[in-house]
Amino acid sequence: MKSTIFKVAANYLLPLLLLFSVFVLLRGHYESGGGFVGGLIASIAFVLHFFAYGLESARSFFRFSTATLIPIGLSISLFSGILPMFAGKPFMTSLWFKKPVAIIGSVGTPLFFDIGVYLIVVGVTLTILFTISENVK
Amino acid sequence: MDLNSYLLFVVMPILCFSLILTFIRFMRGPTTADRVIALDLIITTGVGIIALFSIIYNHPAFLDVAMILALIAFLGTIAFSYYLIQEQNKRKK
Repeated sequence: MKSTIFKVAANYLLPLLLLFSVFVLLRGHYESGGGFVGGLIASIAFVLHFFAYGLESARSFFRFSTATLIPIGLSISLFSGILPMFAGKPFMTSLWFKKPVAIIGSVGTPLFFDIGVYLIVVGVTLTILFTISENVK
Repeated sequence: MDLNSYLLFVVMPILCFSLILTFIRFMRGPTTADRVIALDLIITTGVGIIALFSIIYNHPAFLDVAMILALIAFLGTIAFSYYLIQEQNKRKK
């Protein structure tokens, strides 16, 4: 799209939206938010960039194909589920560290599960949208 | 009159009335561009209503919903205009 206002706005919105998505991701589990919403916001950021600068520029943010985010996220989620089994607990028990980390808050296996969901949602949404826009031309 | 009843009995009816007016434009709108702008305005008024609710019921978590809805409305309007431009280019060819 040939609009200078939109291009400049997209430039500023991309880092802001990514920051907001990480904020929503970290706030999750006990308050509203979590991996799914955070992933959607992050993918909205990339879709905005895609509308402003085109497909090639949006693809260049990812070193590999966006579809590779899906298995990475799935394996992180599976890993967070398996981790309590080493401590003798059932599959997907949530384990938390005793002391909360500075800024991030309390860290536990649900956080890693949410990070996995975040990566999956970003990967799926961007793969679908990029594939559609490739074929629409 | 305290703030809550002012918001509930003055500001909320104004927003609802503007929603109805915008919806009439959305139904009648002669061109697609009118409809797209009316849809954008409907969602923006909805964002206002959500913000009002979050003030009345004292739930700051609703404000994030309003923010994400505004973002999605922005993206939707851009996507609509993107396809309108493409349609125009096809007609010129």
